[in-house]
Amino acid sequence: MSSRAKLRVLVAKPGLDDHDRGAKVIARAFRDAGMEVIYTGLRQTPEQIVNTAVQEDVDAIALSILSGAHMTLFPRIFELMRKEGIGDVLVIGGGIIPDEDVSELKKIGLSGVFGPGTPTSVVVDYVVQHVRRR
Amino acid sequence: MEASVIKVDQLVEGVLKDDRKAIARLISLIENDSPEGLSAVRLLYPHTGRAYVIGVTGPAGCGKSTLIYRLASELRKKGKTVGVVAIDPTSPFSGGALLGDRIRMQNLSTDEGVYIRSMATRGTLGGLAKATADAVRVLDASGKDVVFVETSGAGQSEVDVIKVAHTILVVMAPGLGDDIQASKAGMMEIGDIFIINKADRENADRAVEEIQGMIELGAQEGRWRPPVVKTTASSGRGVENVIEKIEEHEEYLNRTSAKENLVHRSEIEIAEALRYRLTDRLMAELRKNSNFAKLVKRVAAKKLDPYSAADRLVSEYIRKRGRSRRKP
Repeated sequence: MSSRAKLRVLVAKPGLDDHDRGAKVIARAFRDAGMEVIYTGLRQTPEQIVNTAVQEDVDAIALSILSGAHMTLFPRIFELMRKEGIGDVLVIGGGIIPDEDVSELKKIGLSGVFGPGTPTSVVVDYVVQHVRRR
Repeated sequence: MEASVIKVDQLVEGVLKDDRKAIARLISLIENDSPEGLSAVRLLYPHTGRAYVIGVTGPAGCGKSTLIYRLASELRKKGKTVGVVAIDPTSPFSGGALLGDRIRMQNLSTDEGVYIRSMATRGTLGGLAKATADAVRVLDASGKDVVFVETSGAGQSEVDVIKVAHTILVVMAPGLGDDIQASKAGMMEIGDIFIINKADRENADRAVEEIQGMIELGAQEGRWRPPVVKTTASSGRGVENVIEKIEEHEEYLNRTSAKENLVHRSEIEIAEALRYRLTDRLMAELRKNSNFAKLVKRVAAKKLDPYSAADRLVSEYIRKRGRSRRKP
């Protein structure tokens, strides 16, 4: 990457839960780590998330879900990502996602899950190490 | 190892076909100051000049993003396609940025006829003006009828960035001392339409009067007299009025001196390109010059002044270029 290149990360909350504190904390942590964070706020549909990811040419997508709808939302998002040709973008999850669901989701595209209480430095390091190089 | 092979021709072709991935990738290359990005922009240049560019500036928190959302929605109803470049400041401490303008435009995220891109200022003034101008060119070449450029707030850098626009909207809100802010930042000189947003608040009429007073001070016979419009972007009130005024301004530009304007804009574009070529690119090359380090030491020891050092570097550069051209 050139000296001017920055990592661009989309932080989004799919579905209907309104608990955005975690998402905001992560967004700020990414910013403090020198990344450009596209923060789209609450109630994002999978279509909105993927369209945003395409237009903003992001390197990673961080999704925060506390509503329990992850088994519907994540697969739909991965499906759309593949359709739009951005299947190689890193996807990580936060919020409340049970372990047994995590292993299922990892098979279809989820790279890592970082629940409440994870130090933000851990999440930041993970993203930096796992984004695809261009 | 995964290597992305960037084919300039593919990008250009993609942009002309309004392929969103190509547009996105090219804007990133432009932001990263890549040579492939520059090549692509040069190839796209003949396909630009169709889009109407609207700059939106003004102090933070006055509703620029919400207003753009409303304006874009209205334009969509009229069948126009829209591009938005939304700029937010890069943190000088971390080098990162929180780009949140899209939040106000979320309903347009799935509209095929709207392309929204968030950009961070990234620290070099000249670099931002160039990146913004090139991003606008890409959206223009992809076929967008209207492109909005939203800057991050009042200030000199915003004035440079926004020169790419045909019509400049200055958005303010009552009660924030904006008349003073506006005059400080050069907003009064560059604004074509002044908007008092959040007009449901107290003192909206007084804010209108104050801005009108300042406009009177600078008014010239026979020139465009900037109107002041009240809006409440959150509800959409006054937005149709703004569109009317934009159309009036466009007519004024076409009527008065369309050719002159085009020439003037081209002058500005060349000046920008020169500035980029002479300063950024030249600086990067000169720094690699082996003499550079020696000259730095001499200047540090006060044996040479910086201006003489600069002159020597430039003369040598010109000599070298002349020599390389004469080679068979």
